[in-house]
Amino acid sequence: MKAIEVTDLAFRYRNGRVLDGISFVVEAGEVLGVIGPNSAGKTTLLRLLSRVLVPETGKVTLFGRNLDALTKREVARTVAVVPQEFQVAFPFTVEQVVAMGRYPHARGIGFETGEDRRAAEQALEETGTRHLAGKYLDQLSGGEKQRVVIARALAQEPRILLLDEPMAHLDFSHQMEILRLLRRLKAERGLTIILVSHDLNAAAGCSDRLLLLKGGTVLTAGRPGEVMRAEILESAYGCPIWIGTDPQTGMIRILPRP
Amino acid sequence: MLRRLMGVMAVLTAGLAAAVVLALSMGTVRVGWLQSMAILGAKILPLPVFWTEAQETIVLTLRLPRVLLAAIVGSALSLAGAGFQAISRNPLADPGILGVSSGAAFGVVMGVFTGLGTGAGILLLPLCGAAGALVAAVAVYGIASIDGRLPIQTLLLAGVVVSLFFASAIMVASALIRAEELRGVVFYLIGQLRLADYPTLGVVVGCLLVGTGLIYLQALPLNLLAAGEEAAAQLGAEPERVKRIIFVACSLVTGAAVSVSGSVAFVGLMVPHAVRLCLGPDNRLVIPASLLAGAMFLVLTDTLARTVAAPVEIPVGAVTSFLGAPFFAYLLRTRYRGVYP
Repeated sequence: MKAIEVTDLAFRYRNGRVLDGISFVVEAGEVLGVIGPNSAGKTTLLRLLSRVLVPETGKVTLFGRNLDALTKREVARTVAVVPQEFQVAFPFTVEQVVAMGRYPHARGIGFETGEDRRAAEQALEETGTRHLAGKYLDQLSGGEKQRVVIARALAQEPRILLLDEPMAHLDFSHQMEILRLLRRLKAERGLTIILVSHDLNAAAGCSDRLLLLKGGTVLTAGRPGEVMRAEILESAYGCPIWIGTDPQTGMIRILPRP
Repeated sequence: MLRRLMGVMAVLTAGLAAAVVLALSMGTVRVGWLQSMAILGAKILPLPVFWTEAQETIVLTLRLPRVLLAAIVGSALSLAGAGFQAISRNPLADPGILGVSSGAAFGVVMGVFTGLGTGAGILLLPLCGAAGALVAAVAVYGIASIDGRLPIQTLLLAGVVVSLFFASAIMVASALIRAEELRGVVFYLIGQLRLADYPTLGVVVGCLLVGTGLIYLQALPLNLLAAGEEAAAQLGAEPERVKRIIFVACSLVTGAAVSVSGSVAFVGLMVPHAVRLCLGPDNRLVIPASLLAGAMFLVLTDTLARTVAAPVEIPVGAVTSFLGAPFFAYLLRTRYRGVYP
């Protein structure tokens, strides 16, 4: 089943940056890695998929339903976003931040129901952040905060999770922790995941397929082995690139060459 | 959550009731607190009379309207403060600091100037205030916003600019209007509670109720806005719509309050802030709690204003500024970077 189908999507910011002729399909339960140099349009693509931006032309369907025809809350019950930066202006606790993820399901003034508490509890549990529930966001380490933001997204009980650079600013062990979490969410919740990342190794390691964007268009799409080829990446990033295999795990390793 | 709300409201209602009784009892003529309660109670219950007629007249016709006015103005300004703080994502916002109160005062002055405020038209003055407040709020937003965000620096500067502009406009207008048509420029610029007639108070209460309803329905989306407009939109909220509703509702209640009290400064800053310190930042609690705490705060401050140098009355706005300005300075130095306790 197709979780996401994007057909000939185009968008233009007022300052001239564009996304043009984007088409791809993500099957349900698949992880799609979106890679590409700066200003390739990766974050814009996520904004279009979560309906924060409205495309100029083209079509997006989520599980066969046209994105245009869904209300904002319906979209938020299907798609959850883990943004690149997350800050709250007032001292909300972790528990309250995660509970905000229930908004798409709320009715009336929005007092929490038992169902809301259960979903938030489960999200805290799955991300290993239950012990942080009473803390403030600015008391957390980078890795803890990222897991809390993921918990907020999970509280939405979405079918699709969009992550924008979830491993940026994290050290190796916390990067691996996030990747393990994503694999588990894919396996246990059957989530369809789109992962935008500058970390080509991580993207290659955890994605079923990759979408390589450059200058607002799709340069290449395919399995990691098909996209992670020196000549393709060199033309995308404009610098010499070494591609090898980790002798122990057999995973693809990518390094820029000076 | 609902139980917590009920508990908080019960405690604050009791506090407000105590403040009202205290305010009714204090003044140049001493009335015992039991007597004050009984004088009110005797309106609905058959109670033995243990007070003089003079005491009854003082409590019912002099002090009670004034106390009600203080309660209404305090609630309105605190509600507006909570609303402005939530949409600007900024704990230092308040109708006075943003220049919205000055805009409201100017609206009222213009209402008087154009002759609207004569006869039955006096009931329209709260709406003139609301219109002025809205103009000021939109102006501040237009000047201060950068890519849809309201950074503290531009917000405070825009507030200063708009506030000064309307303050001078009021001075010009009051120089042109014959003095007896205006209650005096001090009234509008510093804020003072004077006896208002019941029909006017009714209109102000109506505005306050409508404003409270509009703002409270947005309590949950206002929580989401704390994480920014894009994050709120990704959860299915509509930030633009929420902002518009809050702007209109906060302007309505500010305008209504200012039309009967002038611009009483810092109430909208201090009260929601104190409420958040005690209850956390959840707007589903902060908004109704600010309403009651604001009423309580201004009832007490006004009692202080009229008793501390009796028989001379200090304008209540001067008292709130004496308390508020140091509080603001303290917040700016300690809490501005981190809004966390």
